[in-house]
Amino acid sequence: MSEKPKILVYGYGNPGRQDDGLGIELSEKIEEWARQEAKTNITVDGNYQLNIEDASTISEYDIVFFVDASKENIESFFIEEVTPSTKVDFTTHSASPAFVLELCHKIYRKYPNTYLLHIKGYEWEFMKEITGRASDNLEKAFHFLKNKIENIPEK
Amino acid sequence: MGQKITIEPVTRVEGHGKVTIHIDNNGNILQTRLHIVEFRGFERFVQGRPYWEAPVLVQRLCGICPVSHHLAAAKAMDVIVGAGTGDGLTPTGEKMRRLMHYGQMFQSHSLHFFHLASPDLLFGVNADPSIRNVIGVALEHQDLAVQGVMMRKFGQEIIQATAGKKIHGTGAIPGGINKSLTQKEVDTFLKGNDPMNIDKMISWSQDALTFFKDYHSNHKEIIDDFAEFPSNHLSLVRKDGALDLYHGVLRAVDSEGKIILHDVDYQEYYKYIEEEVRSWSYMKFPYLKEFGKDNGWYTVGPLARMNTADFIDTPLAQKEFESFKAYNYGKPSNKSMHMHWARLIEILHSAEKMKELLLDPDIQKGELVIKGNKKSEGVGLIEAPRGTLFHHYKVNSNDQIEMANLIVSTTNNNQPMNNAVNQVAQNVMTGQSIITEGMMNAVEVAIRAYDPCLSCATHALGQMPLEISLYNSNNELIDRKIK
Repeated sequence: MSEKPKILVYGYGNPGRQDDGLGIELSEKIEEWARQEAKTNITVDGNYQLNIEDASTISEYDIVFFVDASKENIESFFIEEVTPSTKVDFTTHSASPAFVLELCHKIYRKYPNTYLLHIKGYEWEFMKEITGRASDNLEKAFHFLKNKIENIPEK
Repeated sequence: MGQKITIEPVTRVEGHGKVTIHIDNNGNILQTRLHIVEFRGFERFVQGRPYWEAPVLVQRLCGICPVSHHLAAAKAMDVIVGAGTGDGLTPTGEKMRRLMHYGQMFQSHSLHFFHLASPDLLFGVNADPSIRNVIGVALEHQDLAVQGVMMRKFGQEIIQATAGKKIHGTGAIPGGINKSLTQKEVDTFLKGNDPMNIDKMISWSQDALTFFKDYHSNHKEIIDDFAEFPSNHLSLVRKDGALDLYHGVLRAVDSEGKIILHDVDYQEYYKYIEEEVRSWSYMKFPYLKEFGKDNGWYTVGPLARMNTADFIDTPLAQKEFESFKAYNYGKPSNKSMHMHWARLIEILHSAEKMKELLLDPDIQKGELVIKGNKKSEGVGLIEAPRGTLFHHYKVNSNDQIEMANLIVSTTNNNQPMNNAVNQVAQNVMTGQSIITEGMMNAVEVAIRAYDPCLSCATHALGQMPLEISLYNSNNELIDRKIK
């Protein structure tokens, strides 16, 4: 008998720094949508940064969507499949999705299908509100992710 | 011709560490500097905001130690609402805040030890960086890697339960706290399924100390001789001299253990501490006024706390503290790598304290807030994972913040980090004209012993890389490495 895959949407960034809050904002929108649509296979989480404990968190899911704000030269948003990596930062202060995925495999022997959704941001000052242009990007990314999740086949 | 070596990053963030090293024609080190681009715009940003917003607003500063800023700001606001200076809250208010703080200390120190220190210790500082990380640990010592992940997770869950949520927690408010714990929440931490319960966390904390001490006994040259230099040490201590990470009086000792700042009230910290500006660094250099810029600088953090405190009020950590003190003949340790040892003692202490608080009925009671006669100025100090954190605010008659001054732990450690880099450079880079992986690692290890929060100091977003540059005496760049 088929069953729905367990999906985690994990936004990260600092919502007190304008567009750095895009990841958290998108994950909250997905949470609300999943609640309204009674999609019980979707879980939403978030934090300022990714870190090693997230290896434990993602090990419990079949599919993971990390969501982050981006300063890169992209259109409104961009999604990529995450390739595991052992590259570690200089400090303990953040970990990349690739690093978290690799650590998950090394400790828990699991490789959830993992994606990173980048949403284009523009301003990063000490303000809570996301800028207008970034909000437009957020809406586009939200619709994209909803569609992507709805088209995921059952296991 | 002299030369200059730099270690610097190129990323999307404004926060980074940069090391520059100048050498002469013979390869002798002329000068080393650790530059951190400190951004102090936050103090201006909070001006005009209502004072009660501060404990939440300050979490915008840093996504790495938001709990420390949250609590330091709340402590300052306690003074402003007339609730006293940290020990005037209701029992529930103070104990819930302490539980939040020990959760933060536990998860932050655990992350540092398992993620950064243990790979260096297990594989050596010269090992290939692709294995000298927690993934390498997971491959060869899976039990250690699992412990690191789960200890970090346990601390994060304590924070979430006490602060209300992981991001922009609202638990601490001026004059107290906005929630207590339910019996169900308490039981989750006391009796959770293995390994997520406090007894396992205490046991693993002891295991980590055993691991470190075993390593130390076989590698004394690394732990005892690497980046050792005399320093003053500063921290809060409880009024009776006990280690206290949440509240107390300010004490400093010199490198021999003589008390040079005698348990003063931190509300008047500005009478004792000055911040020096140097032209080459945005980050200030704090020092004890009485001893001047050259002799008054000090170290903060886990090692400083072991050096200033007279004892620890939890039995298992006290036993470890006694071993630590005995090893150093009762004198302060000025060995940078003993920072790891001190950090592990604090992990154990934090775990013991969490258990003590979880068993205390006060954390389930309903008296959360206290207020008194309002004041226009307040200072909040806390021992954050990386060291003493100062928050100082003045409020006008419209309840708006009109002045804020923050001295973060990493700023307090500015001079000792510079000294550590200098000493390592003298040892590993003298006579060199290129930066090898081993040199880069040695500089990194020296800086990372202090676990600097470049995000706090620079208010950066995301990654915080390190760059080392080597310059000749004509100020020409001859080599650069970035990590």
